[in-house]
Amino acid sequence: MSRIDDTWADKPGLVGWLSTVDHKRIGIRFVVTTLAFFVFAGLLAAVMRVQLARPDNHVVGPDTYNQLFSVHGSMMMFLFAVPVMEAIALYLVPLMVGTRNVAFPRLNAYSYWLLLFGGLMLIFVFVIDSAPDAGWFNYVPLSGPEFGPGKRSDFWAQLITFTEVSGLIGAVNIITTVFKLRAPGMTLARLPLFVWAMLATAFMILFAMPSVMLASTFLITDRLVTTQFFNPAEGGDVLLWQHLFWFFGHPEVYFIFVPALGVISQILPTFARRRIVGYVAMVVALVTIAFLSFGLWVHHMFATGLPPLGMSFFTAASIMIALPTGLQIFCWIATLATGEKVRFAAPFLFIIGFFFIFIIGGLTGVMLGSSTLDSQLHDSYFVVAHLHYVLIGGAVFPLFGGFYYWFPKVTGRRLSERAGRWNFWLFFIGFNVAFFPMHILGLEGMPRRIYTYPAAAGWSGLNLLSTIGAFTVALSVLVFFVNVWRSRRAGELAPDNVWGASGLEWAAPSPPPPYNFERIPAVRSRDPLWEPGFPAAEVVGLPDIVRSTLVTRLHDAEPDHIAILPDASIWPFLAALATTIMFIWSVFTPWGLTWGAIPLTITLIGWFWPKKDETRRTCAVEVKPDAGDARVHQLREALP
Amino acid sequence: MNTNALLSGGPLSAEIGQLFWIFVGIAAAVYVVVLAFLVVSLRRREGARAAPPDSPAARHAVRAIGIAVGLTTVILVVLALSDFFANRVIAATPENPLRVRVTAHQWWWEIEYVDADPTRRVRTANELHLPVGRPVQLEMTADDVIHSFWAPELNGKKDLLPGYTTRLTLVAARAGDYTAECAEFCGFQHANMRVAIVAHDPQDFARWYDAQLTPAAEPVSPELQRGRDVLLGSTCVMCHNITGTDASGVTGPDLTHLASRRWIAAGALPNDAARLAAWISDPQGIKPGTHMPATRLDADDLAVLTHYLTSLR
Repeated sequence: MSRIDDTWADKPGLVGWLSTVDHKRIGIRFVVTTLAFFVFAGLLAAVMRVQLARPDNHVVGPDTYNQLFSVHGSMMMFLFAVPVMEAIALYLVPLMVGTRNVAFPRLNAYSYWLLLFGGLMLIFVFVIDSAPDAGWFNYVPLSGPEFGPGKRSDFWAQLITFTEVSGLIGAVNIITTVFKLRAPGMTLARLPLFVWAMLATAFMILFAMPSVMLASTFLITDRLVTTQFFNPAEGGDVLLWQHLFWFFGHPEVYFIFVPALGVISQILPTFARRRIVGYVAMVVALVTIAFLSFGLWVHHMFATGLPPLGMSFFTAASIMIALPTGLQIFCWIATLATGEKVRFAAPFLFIIGFFFIFIIGGLTGVMLGSSTLDSQLHDSYFVVAHLHYVLIGGAVFPLFGGFYYWFPKVTGRRLSERAGRWNFWLFFIGFNVAFFPMHILGLEGMPRRIYTYPAAAGWSGLNLLSTIGAFTVALSVLVFFVNVWRSRRAGELAPDNVWGASGLEWAAPSPPPPYNFERIPAVRSRDPLWEPGFPAAEVVGLPDIVRSTLVTRLHDAEPDHIAILPDASIWPFLAALATTIMFIWSVFTPWGLTWGAIPLTITLIGWFWPKKDETRRTCAVEVKPDAGDARVHQLREALP
Repeated sequence: MNTNALLSGGPLSAEIGQLFWIFVGIAAAVYVVVLAFLVVSLRRREGARAAPPDSPAARHAVRAIGIAVGLTTVILVVLALSDFFANRVIAATPENPLRVRVTAHQWWWEIEYVDADPTRRVRTANELHLPVGRPVQLEMTADDVIHSFWAPELNGKKDLLPGYTTRLTLVAARAGDYTAECAEFCGFQHANMRVAIVAHDPQDFARWYDAQLTPAAEPVSPELQRGRDVLLGSTCVMCHNITGTDASGVTGPDLTHLASRRWIAAGALPNDAARLAAWISDPQGIKPGTHMPATRLDADDLAVLTHYLTSLR
């Protein structure tokens, strides 16, 4: 074992497993955990579909049904869709930008454990029949102290706190990694589009999440210490919740969708064997979406009786976001039109599925953006259809494409193509059978969130069809998991650059070693692996008795200095445990915050306590500022 | 139930329906064209080479993107403008409307017709009668949580919010039955919270209105008399009002003309004697979570009570 392997190795055994700060091990765990939540929330949806398959059905009553859809929505949004995108980014971004770990490895571990514990809390309260039951947007006053008895809404609000802390840490980690840890030569203008998408997403998370944090904190204090933020009788306001929630909630949809756009921009040029058409336009479109997404939250509130002029403004803003999205679709089609003939491998099938499904969702989105049409469509099954078309078509299909695409990088083995085709076709057909009829049900007047409907409503046939489609989707997801399970041990071995792609992640071995790149390659274009003679230069001289990586300058990616990243540590896990105790305790009493802060403080002291061995090695590689300058200077000289 | 948003029963829903078909038509055209370009791009011949960045093919592609973006902009502006003009029709304040106050409760609708003369105010529940042709302005609020009034065949929906008054105009173009539902999730019985809407010709409406102004029918037989006694001696009177009797509760629906209504329990059941009896003795079994408590009566009392209630036409 060479010294660099030794430095980056995790301890064996359970303690090593709990202590790892390797972004890849954490990234895999993150993805597996979010997929487990996806399956759990999907099974809840299956129960709902069984209940709705027939009129006047009694499989579950209203109490259970309300918990089913509230947990389904909250879990899919907060514990699957948003974190899974951050999870694949935390795995891929360091590889894509050519560095050895994320900027804050221990925070990364802490953020993972928090998400896991938050999710387990939600599953636990569901199992004991005490789950949130006021929908995933948890409107007051239904969720307030007067009409939402018990602790259900408090658990919902604390779930938000868990996912917020986790999500914000992920965002900060991604931004810092992208800004400071890129390989030399990877200027902002050469950043892979997935990294641009994640950068835009991370900034959106940073600005949107505080809004819902504020809302859920107001709700907790209304419920726990009788503040009156949302009580009209005491001068509070029920619409305040909706503004705060949707100011976050609409950008949230784009936290899910924008990374998926980035995934497509990585996969599609690989299969067309051509660099993307309109790189700059794509970047501008991503950034535009990020900005515009903050200006349309009111289209979720068109039915609340706003003044017509305001509605027209938000209608125009909502409709106009179709423009940057359309631009990206045009650029992809142009890339395919000017590329080589594509091979319809599993990753690419899911990308085609994206086009066929997402565009329907985008167009129904334009309809919902119109305040006049929205007055009929809002809160009906038409919206249920629309949101699944954009979220499953727009995000889950690219995500599955991404799984098939990057699985060989993560494991060194390919997923089965045959199972992949079954997975795709069952998903594609099942999805449309499940969700297309919902458009019609909505137009026929079926409201969202009803636990049953009378036969006289005439909605029975389409609901049964939808249920059949939902079970086809479930079967397809089962095929996917069987495929993953078998291929990770017995799949065909994959070379490092299995698809002949251009991104830096394919320059690392499959699976990558803990330090990703023994020698960080220098980059000279947007598609480094398609350059002849790559790599023209490599970074040498990073000390190998500490976990070191190269820090480059923000915009031109010139080498700046060497950063020493922290070693593995058990403390992030313990701190997350202490945080969890504090959060859950404070559901029951405000004193939970006071007393719960004590164990948390202890774990944080442990986290930052200097370790003798780490200090010794760090001191050994430390150089005086002028000498350090000389070394970076040498490094720069060595690069083209 | 008559809840099809595309079967318009009046000019307002027709306006929205027309806008819907404009949007659907344009959306369908866009979908077909974009996917046709995608399919053509995917069907490149075997061995086709990628066009280098400065080749004519690549320049051609960039020009095509420009044109597509231009067309998208034009289409979106057209759609935004058509929304704007449709909204002006929908949001216009009606002239000389019939004013009706609607207060939503978990899980029923309180309805009161406004009249300058206090003796001519009709109070009812879960049923809204309209004169054909005359705009009806609903002035809506909620007593507990947020609800939303949605009669798809007459207009779009509007929320009812505690602490706010919202307005919604309904115009029925032809006599007949329509249905409104609650469209904002409001708890256990969100699924069973409907309003039966009946549009009448103006004379029929006036007749219905005058009938609603009368107090409850006096019992005309000893059995009905006994039914009324059972009612007045039970807990029903704590919540329900029956004008002309001592029952004057206000937390539940007004029952003065209960038997004239199409449904009981806000659309949970059709209104007939057997179902009414079932509802009185086991409301939780029929509408789990409802705020109406079960009333324990022996079979005979229940029969005469039901008989009395079905006489309240």
